[in-house]
Amino acid sequence: MGTLHIVSKSPFASSALADCLRVCGEATILLIEDAVNAAIANNEWIEPLKRDGLMVYVLQSDCDARGLSQRIDSKFALTDYPGFVRLCCEHAPVTSWY
Amino acid sequence: MASMKKSFLLICRRAPYGQSLAREALDVALTAATFDQQVAMLFLGDGVLQLLKGQQPAAIAQKALDKQLAALPLYDIEMVYVEAEALQQRGLALSDLALPAQALSADAIAEQINMHDVVLGF
Repeated sequence: MGTLHIVSKSPFASSALADCLRVCGEATILLIEDAVNAAIANNEWIEPLKRDGLMVYVLQSDCDARGLSQRIDSKFALTDYPGFVRLCCEHAPVTSWY
Repeated sequence: MASMKKSFLLICRRAPYGQSLAREALDVALTAATFDQQVAMLFLGDGVLQLLKGQQPAAIAQKALDKQLAALPLYDIEMVYVEAEALQQRGLALSDLALPAQALSADAIAEQINMHDVVLGF
């Protein structure tokens, strides 16, 4: 269990991911929509996302749409829509950062 | 009807007046409290500016958010939290705020998020 944080804005355009990372402690994070930019290999958000105690998932469809699937850092787990639903069912509370 | 009391945490991250999200959070807080739900509000980042005393938004045709937020205790919303670091970054102190609030560290905020049934971001 524990909290699922769903982030949907690019960290290069919004404080959503920075705010989430500052206060989430040990948690599960799912990056969707423009937030998948945070998972591009070698970008500056990789290090904060790899800190201890975080489990990070990235929504595959949003990576595919943006041509990013092959560029996502391999430490993060790609997930599909059924996986998205599973994560929501397995965590409580579920909250969104946008 | 069976009682369905849940604990709500509303996380407010936006400065007032820029968009409607600050007002929307207040509407949700008052609605939930009216239905006898337990409501706490957490002001994070620029959201702490919503609480600043002395707002005078008449000239931009808005209602003063600080005065509306100051009425939260009347709706039994007593738990108002602010991010300590956000206050400090903006040169503010608790005494600059329009209502009594508790300053929390990032770790204490993580605990609060985990312990509520419903966590909504605004």
